[in-house]
Amino acid sequence: MEQVSGKIGDFHVSVRKRARYVNEDLCTGCGSCAEKCPTMAVDVFNAGLGRRKAIYKYFPQGIPSVFTIDAPECRQLGQGKKCGICAKVCQAGAIDYGQKDSIVHLEVGAIILATGYEVFDPSVIPEYAYDRIANVVTALEFERLLSASGPTAGHLDRPSDLELEKEIEEIRKEAKKLDRQIRQLEEKHGRSSASVIEQVAGGADKELRDWAAQAEKLLTMEKSLAELEKRKAAAQPARKLAFIQCVGSRDFRYNRFCSSYCCMHSVKEAMIAFEHDNDVRSTIFCMDLRAVGRGFEEYKLRGGSQAGITYLRGRVAEINEDEARNPVVWYESTTSRQVIHETFDMVILATACIPSSSASKVAELFEVELDENGFFKTDPLAPLNTSRQGIFTCGCAQGPMDIPESVAQASSAAARAAEVVSPARRSA
Amino acid sequence: MAEEIRIGVFVCDCGSNIAGYLDVKELAEYAKTLPHVVYVKENLYTCSEGGSNEIKAAIKEQNLNRVVVASCTPRTHEPLFRGTCGEGGLNPFLFEMVNIRDQCSWVHMQERKEGTAKAMDLIRMGVAKAALLEPQEPIQSEINPRAMVMGAGISGMTAALALANRGYEVVLVEKSSETGGLLRSLDRLAPSGIDAASLADRHAEMVGNHPNIRLLTSTTVEEIQGYIGHFNVTTNTKGVRDGFEAGVIIVATGAGVLKPVGLFQYDGEKVINQLELEERLKSETFSPGNVVMIQCAGARNEERKYCSRICCMVAIKNAIALKERNARTGVRILYRDIQAYGTENEALFQKAKELGVLFIKYDPARPPQVQQGTVKVFHDLLGRELSLPQDLVVLSTPLIAGDDNEVISRLLRVSLDENKFFLEGHVKLKPLDFATDGVYLCGNAHYPATVREAISQALGAASRASIPLSKGVMSVEPIVSTLVDEEACRGCGLCVALCPYGALEIVKTEKGRKVRVIPVACKGCGVCAATCYQHALSVNSYTDDQVRKQISAFLNP
Repeated sequence: MEQVSGKIGDFHVSVRKRARYVNEDLCTGCGSCAEKCPTMAVDVFNAGLGRRKAIYKYFPQGIPSVFTIDAPECRQLGQGKKCGICAKVCQAGAIDYGQKDSIVHLEVGAIILATGYEVFDPSVIPEYAYDRIANVVTALEFERLLSASGPTAGHLDRPSDLELEKEIEEIRKEAKKLDRQIRQLEEKHGRSSASVIEQVAGGADKELRDWAAQAEKLLTMEKSLAELEKRKAAAQPARKLAFIQCVGSRDFRYNRFCSSYCCMHSVKEAMIAFEHDNDVRSTIFCMDLRAVGRGFEEYKLRGGSQAGITYLRGRVAEINEDEARNPVVWYESTTSRQVIHETFDMVILATACIPSSSASKVAELFEVELDENGFFKTDPLAPLNTSRQGIFTCGCAQGPMDIPESVAQASSAAARAAEVVSPARRSA
Repeated sequence: MAEEIRIGVFVCDCGSNIAGYLDVKELAEYAKTLPHVVYVKENLYTCSEGGSNEIKAAIKEQNLNRVVVASCTPRTHEPLFRGTCGEGGLNPFLFEMVNIRDQCSWVHMQERKEGTAKAMDLIRMGVAKAALLEPQEPIQSEINPRAMVMGAGISGMTAALALANRGYEVVLVEKSSETGGLLRSLDRLAPSGIDAASLADRHAEMVGNHPNIRLLTSTTVEEIQGYIGHFNVTTNTKGVRDGFEAGVIIVATGAGVLKPVGLFQYDGEKVINQLELEERLKSETFSPGNVVMIQCAGARNEERKYCSRICCMVAIKNAIALKERNARTGVRILYRDIQAYGTENEALFQKAKELGVLFIKYDPARPPQVQQGTVKVFHDLLGRELSLPQDLVVLSTPLIAGDDNEVISRLLRVSLDENKFFLEGHVKLKPLDFATDGVYLCGNAHYPATVREAISQALGAASRASIPLSKGVMSVEPIVSTLVDEEACRGCGLCVALCPYGALEIVKTEKGRKVRVIPVACKGCGVCAATCYQHALSVNSYTDDQVRKQISAFLNP
């Protein structure tokens, strides 16, 4: 959004449409560009847990099914190198490196702000060590781990083991390169590296010393690779899970409000983890377990009786890590009135639903008020109305809520907007 | 010569929902061996744009004239895949869906081999039926641009006003003698502080003055015949019957309040419920000494498992009102979980604590004991029993489904949940629609809701209802009963008597009495076809031949 002017029934809006460097009308979504693209980038959709190509589709079912170039990551666009592979392989001729942002002007009668929310960044809570302990993840990251189209194809591999995999891959790549160089030296001089190492021990010229150093480095690498491989082979999927509620919500240091949906998504994630592997046992640490929708309480009870979930009232005080990279959770069980520490395979943080970082900018642009929490302010008796006539808001942009409520509100906002823009067709 | 049958089969992984539990590769290989199958494709998500593009491309490139998708549920995805076939240039009814997720992979999560074998049976049956499918054309029907809203509480009035403001005629039917519903029993609303009765009055006035709204109080709905676009409603106003036609119906009939007879020494005097407290709060002078509130009275127990969503907030609202009236009033709330979800509710919870309301968690296994002048409760967190002084005990009771819900659900042919609240079409995707076309729901009829939520849902239901109203015509699925053998029909009327939708009638023709199908009313349930001993009636896409072929495919792998 660039500019908004006018009033109810007659708004003028300018929208910046960002360049995707792919012609939407030509792209068929076949994906050969991404297959051949040589550049890997962090997969933002998979919460940074996986990697994707620099030309990509945000997620498999995305609409429209059209690819986009991540310009800063792209060799050709972002790094000034010569590449052009995607343009070469695209049979539809859809790649357009010269595409520019465009400004679209809209004349509208009503506006609906459905700009959503963001997830609280738990790394600011020192005691949960989110940025230090690999096996402490956010609920959204865990959701990607559980997803079939996610980075682990739905298996509960621990992030520490995924890191191990990455480390092995990197060392292996480097070792392969080194190995090639050493082999070339061996062929060129017709002698083995072992004999060179032996000779160097007794003093030799620089070339031989370098050769020996490289050969020794390779040996060390191979050894550590074997060690890592052993650890990887011994890695077990996560089976003992801790879910921590109200991370950044109902916490006076960060946000006072309740994020509304997280109790149920923790129950759901624990259920899905159990369905995937019946040996999974989960503990949900909560203050109140808020299961307030149709069937929610029943679902929660079923989680307890049939899916290995324990609900524990208590706020976790601290998380440490043991030598096997297991998170250790310290908490007070308020019902047994004891301080307990317990080791888990993984900890999942139910992070708060917070106002989108652009909310204040959007509010300023559209001249609507924010509430004390930073969501778009609404009137309890006109729950879709913002403070400005003709501008409505729905979903988590006005405060945390679950999917059915968001879907219902979207219809409601459409009703309000329709009252403004369309005198009824075919009315009595 | 008949056209060669060329079937394309698309087997969906549904991420891991199917592929995680069944051997999808094997299924795809198996499908290739089936008669008439000329093309098979496995997709990660057949419903993604990529998947549907593949269906469309295959129809053209492989010259397919039948498409089978083996994936999830037809409830949500059959219309999508039919649409895809249509876009690909194939008659949408030359499509057959095989449910290998909800009815196979999800129920056989631990039995990969057997589940895969069952999915093969299902696919074989689907392919066998597909070979016999015939093209169908959708049925068009006009929509009466009038709406009926049932219930004139805050939800019903809001929905009626939203439709009326867009110019549609609305008949608002209320069984009691006045509008306002539960609002009439409440004191003030939180967090706005507005007087509930005045909100009801304000809406009643707008409803009363609106030229597009006809309000019928003291009126019950006795009969509803017909279908979307043409519901024939018979009402009864104090014994006088009347009728009208409506294109759409919104159910906003609200909920009841549990009288907690037999719970915690309830007597309606010294031990009352929250609604009775609100009644007393309407008097400015009311100020009790020590009040103990008990949450989940009659809820979240064996008899009523559900959480009624709003009672914690009602208790907190009333506790704040008591404290603001007299700071010395002792207010203690005995709870299991405080359901102060969201921003506003949590803020009110904190405000109550700041005002000195005490919250004490109890264990349902050791419920509070109401005694003369005290309430004894085992304090879960202190680990010992407390004796709390009380001059008044207030029970927070759940909202319960309305008495008439079963009658209304029969009249409208819509479903109720296990607690007898009305059940929406899809919990996530269609929260305000019923599975029956043209009928919508909102407010407490659906599930306990705050006034804010009820208003929001009512506007949403009005929005959903306005879609067919503004379109003016609708297209009905042609999977309906058809008189395929007029000669055979003897006009016996057995089918007419059994049809649950009033979609059949007997007419006099030159050849004598014959049955006639009203296609727009027909839901394609097949009762008539199954009943007709002359085999004169048949349901499109479920003909005797097609079903027989499916069964024989199952029996003869």
